[in-house]
Amino acid sequence: MATELAAGVASREVVETTEPRPGRLPLLRAWSWLWPKLAAIALVLAAWQATVWSGWQPDYVLPGPAPVFQRLAQDLRDSNFDLGIAITMRRAFSGYAIAVAIGSVAGILIARIVVLRRAIGSAIFGLQSMPSIVWFPVAWLLFGINEKAVFFVVILGAAPSIAGGLLSGVDHVQPLLIRVGRVMGARGIGLYRHVILPAALPSFVGGLKQGWAFAWRSLMAGEIILGFASRQFGIGQQIQVARDFADMEQLLAIIVVIFVIGVVIDSMFGALDRVIRRRWGLLGADA
Amino acid sequence: MSNVLQLSEKHSLSVDRLTMSFPHDGRLLVALQGVTLEVDRGELVCIVGASGSGKSTLLNILAGLDEPTAGRAHVHGRVALMFQEAALLPWLTAAGNIELALELRGIKRSQRRDEARELLHRVHLDGFERRLPHELSGGMRQRVALARALAQDADVLLMDEPFGALDAITRDRLHEELERIWTESGLTILFVTHNAREAVRLGDRVLVFASRPGRVAHEVTVDLPRPRSLDSPELAVIAGRITDRLKQEMTRQINGN
Repeated sequence: MATELAAGVASREVVETTEPRPGRLPLLRAWSWLWPKLAAIALVLAAWQATVWSGWQPDYVLPGPAPVFQRLAQDLRDSNFDLGIAITMRRAFSGYAIAVAIGSVAGILIARIVVLRRAIGSAIFGLQSMPSIVWFPVAWLLFGINEKAVFFVVILGAAPSIAGGLLSGVDHVQPLLIRVGRVMGARGIGLYRHVILPAALPSFVGGLKQGWAFAWRSLMAGEIILGFASRQFGIGQQIQVARDFADMEQLLAIIVVIFVIGVVIDSMFGALDRVIRRRWGLLGADA
Repeated sequence: MSNVLQLSEKHSLSVDRLTMSFPHDGRLLVALQGVTLEVDRGELVCIVGASGSGKSTLLNILAGLDEPTAGRAHVHGRVALMFQEAALLPWLTAAGNIELALELRGIKRSQRRDEARELLHRVHLDGFERRLPHELSGGMRQRVALARALAQDADVLLMDEPFGALDAITRDRLHEELERIWTESGLTILFVTHNAREAVRLGDRVLVFASRPGRVAHEVTVDLPRPRSLDSPELAVIAGRITDRLKQEMTRQINGN
């Protein structure tokens, strides 16, 4: 009897928490997500066009949206341009991957080893606020003007954020969860594997996202500086070429590409972040 | 020699002149002083005391989470500890939390799933295997925590006000379930609460804790037949005497300091 009652109460509680909100069609939700973005784009394009029409600059210096997007469409059909995007993305992903590896290992070591923490714990957070462009002169002298120098700066830009995200995640694990892990018999590495690292994951993903942003910025700066020094022509280098030829249409078309890549990757991190926060119970069920 | 052996077979848990102090605001705070108690195998003993009386400190020492300043605390066999909060790992499902306890105990992967299901069945949570903690109510989370403690296959279960944050009806039901599981399993349980009625409802014996420093001030053996009702007049009488005793201790503490 008591059991039946318990089961009855329990199942009702669950129904309340999992029932979807009524009256929100998927199409309507997609639209309410989409329209503010479309409106913002329309507003920016309108302001841009209005500036062009105002005659502030001749249109070879400041072309309007229409010629820029025509140029972009033409560029995207050009295999050299697509190759440039591919080269840049290869650099971005491989530099970022190395930064993730270095940042994660450094983060764990600093979290685990007290002496290391005292030595460079606060330096990690200081490094995060270093503008990565200041490393370029160093990289030049160390590696010469080549791809290695770009990687050096990308890694130096991204790794501290990744290590810092992991470190602050480890630092802010609820003490109660650690005690629970210890009561269950987890010690040392086991405690890290089963309790501390999973608990630090949301913060680690935050670090990954910030690390990506720094890697991407550093890479663009690096490619602009790299210029003709590498025959592997990334889109950052193509910006510099477009400037040399005073080809504003080309320049703006490339900036649109860089912006779109940034938005796409950022929204991927955003989706990952939401999945994890929902799973960890850090978001409301319908957020 | 044989005397010692007999003792160790009878007692599941023994605490001998345990003292615990730590610095606090530049002064030495004595949380426990000369606490001595013994719990027999299969016994359910409740400790009742005001908040800040060092009850949780005692359980932490018994669970091996803290080292005492002086004295000895000894537990025969494995210990599990339940907190006032369920403290489930939020990224693991109900079954996942229990499976982790099984894994850390060294149970083979192939057996974990069935055993977790069985344990959830014992706390009446059939069908909730794949729920995440934040999808469960407070009472259900505490049931999962109980199942997880059972998964450790401990000989001694320490409970630190585990039902303190629950509503009266849920708590009542969990009392029944805890009593049933205790009877079935032959576990030794040391249950800490600040509620005298709860202590009398569950305990074979009730130890009354005095505060600052924490020590056992009084002991009551509860002879009422089980299952007991929280609302029965007999229980209320005993609980009333314990509450009076607690009040005396608090008055003495205020006058003393």
